[in-house]
Amino acid sequence: MPTLTLNKEVLEKLVGKKLPLEKLKDRISMLGTDLDSIEGNEINVEIFPNRPDLLSEQGLARALSSFIGVKTGFRKYKVEKSGEKVIIDKSVEGVRPCTACAIVKGLKFDDEKIKEIIQIQEKLHVTYGRNRKRCAIGIYPFEKIRTPIKFLAKKPGEIKFQPLEANKEMTGAQILSQHPTGREYGHLLEGLSMYPIFVDANNQVLSMPPIINSNQTGKITEKTTDVFIECSGFDFDVLHKCVNMIVAAMADMGGKIY
Amino acid sequence: MADIKTVIETLHPLERKVLPYLTKYSSISDLAEKTGLQEVEVMRALQWLENKGILKIKKELKEVGALDKNGEDYAKKGLPEKRVLSALAKEEIQFKDIVGKAKIEKEEFNVCLGALKSKAAILIDKGVAKITEQGKKLLQKESFEEKLIAKLSKGNVELKSLSPEEKFAYDNLKKRKQIVKTILLKNVNAELTEFGKKVSKEKISDAKTSDRLTPAMLKTGGWKGKKFRRYDVKINVPEISGGKRHFVSQAIEYIRKIWIEMGFKEMTGSLVQTSFWCLDSLFVPQDHPARQMQDTFYVKEPSRGVLPSPLWKKVKEVHENGGDTGSTGYGGKWSEDEAKKNLLRTHNTVLSAQTIANLKKEDFPAKFFSVGKVFRNEALDWKHLFELTQVEGIVIDPNANMRNLKGYLKEFFGKMGFPNVRIRPGYFPYTEPSAEVDVWHPEKKQWIELGGSGIFRPEVVKPLLGIEVPVLAWGLGMERSISEYFEITDIRDLYRNDLKQIRGMKAWMR
Repeated sequence: MPTLTLNKEVLEKLVGKKLPLEKLKDRISMLGTDLDSIEGNEINVEIFPNRPDLLSEQGLARALSSFIGVKTGFRKYKVEKSGEKVIIDKSVEGVRPCTACAIVKGLKFDDEKIKEIIQIQEKLHVTYGRNRKRCAIGIYPFEKIRTPIKFLAKKPGEIKFQPLEANKEMTGAQILSQHPTGREYGHLLEGLSMYPIFVDANNQVLSMPPIINSNQTGKITEKTTDVFIECSGFDFDVLHKCVNMIVAAMADMGGKIY
Repeated sequence: MADIKTVIETLHPLERKVLPYLTKYSSISDLAEKTGLQEVEVMRALQWLENKGILKIKKELKEVGALDKNGEDYAKKGLPEKRVLSALAKEEIQFKDIVGKAKIEKEEFNVCLGALKSKAAILIDKGVAKITEQGKKLLQKESFEEKLIAKLSKGNVELKSLSPEEKFAYDNLKKRKQIVKTILLKNVNAELTEFGKKVSKEKISDAKTSDRLTPAMLKTGGWKGKKFRRYDVKINVPEISGGKRHFVSQAIEYIRKIWIEMGFKEMTGSLVQTSFWCLDSLFVPQDHPARQMQDTFYVKEPSRGVLPSPLWKKVKEVHENGGDTGSTGYGGKWSEDEAKKNLLRTHNTVLSAQTIANLKKEDFPAKFFSVGKVFRNEALDWKHLFELTQVEGIVIDPNANMRNLKGYLKEFFGKMGFPNVRIRPGYFPYTEPSAEVDVWHPEKKQWIELGGSGIFRPEVVKPLLGIEVPVLAWGLGMERSISEYFEITDIRDLYRNDLKQIRGMKAWMR
């Protein structure tokens, strides 16, 4: 079971109420999560696989504040029309056929926030995404991308971009054989004659799911305010839920969902 | 102290034999010789007598000097330096020929040359050795070393008894190769106490006592008028380790009894199961992390088992689309091959699934339990085992609810020594609602998690049983509470199979 490490102060701020320690321990235990320990400011919680929505500070705080009666009822998240398009090419059929995407605007990133987002992404990958097999998530700085975005599949040799944590352009095949992330998740593309990629209107490669993002367009920095999010996999329902969990957490951070 | 007469009546035949000689003799060897007993028998008698306060056994360590291999040789042929001298007394010898002519060992040569030179007994001039006047005198005289060797050749001597000269000679010889050796002797002596002296004055050997009552005596009445040896029932005796159940087995036996008393029937089954029974029939998705190699032991040979027909088709449907349960299932394709994989059962819920599959409507309500081994691919450490004892229970009853579930758990853990039970929301693929089971640890003042529980999902019950009925279910790890009881902190100590630990372990008594 995945564990989540929370900052007690941050959690209290998000929940909007401070509970005495014993009460907090009891309430987190009764929430449907396994409380590991509270030491000083650090809370360690194990999350059950049926509650991937709790895999973020925002998600856990959302559930806890309802549970202790601070803010009850279903949260409503407003989703605006963005007018942007993601075109799914026929070529991804039989490769990685589905994707669910969203845009979140108006975020303020700092080092901590970036880490948090990456943590949510990774926890979801490992659990809900079954190590990226069922669902892989990509998050991109929207200002670097020109829409419409295209999701298509190409031959490994024809894919060329500079992946994250690499200093040169590589082909799809090279990434799988040489890049550390490529080697770790390469088995997910094994035996396929085409690999899936996201490209933008400028024909820049955004990423090659479920392996890695591009260094140019797939890296969030402290200057980023708007992000593009995609989840790719085989079951749209799964991807849809996954996107929802991420955008809800981002909305709780102050973002606006499109 | 007991009176003399009573003590005499308690004496064992061995003691009676030894006691009369104790006024004159004290060492075991002497006593053995005089009584005609073996030394071990004498020793035993002395220990018993000591327990009765008749004597005190004194053990002392004695250092004894004795001749070693070379020493015995020199006792016959003389010391090498003496032999060199007498050879030189006859003629001057080339330095290099000395070894041959004096018939000494090469390794002794340097030592005796040094000794002779320091005593100015010889002179070496241009490679030729000659005897001096001093040497001639020495040749006539018997040295301390020679005297000592002669003495030791007649018998070993206690080092303490040596004269200062002898001691000096002994130490000198000790430095040389295998001439003398020191033997450490353990000497046991018996000394009568004041009480013992009084006892020994009595006529002991005449006291006619019988040691045992035989069936023949009982038949003939021959015991009448006989005097029997008294037994001291309070005396310390060596501990006898009788056979007993392993302490974990004792606990398991007790656990079994608790459930039987509550009207549960025991389920048993194979340790090797198919994934189908252990996981698929329990609606564990085929891509569930617990199925991975790092969590589960799969069987290499035979790697596949048989799927029960037609049940597997229903289970397949439930996984893929929910079948007739009203569920949507997990979607995707359910693999027969994945379900056929053999594994070491990861939980005893597998037995529950098999039991439910064999039930008929007339059997309700029904209660079953099992207690047995389950296997998880865990790294072994003080907190984790890969082989665990799990208690499993199910209650199939149209009227069952979560409140009943908590009641059963409370009853069980109460008898295990944990009267406070808490259930809290959890998640398992086969139950809804699911609840973790905690017990309150009174000393540690905290809740400790001991298992999982819940009500089986329709996705589990309906394919197995054909209809939907509430089935309460729980799976509880037992190692934790067993370790607590036996005050074991390292869980591995439960199965160390150390005889000393097992013999010393208290009995399970709840």
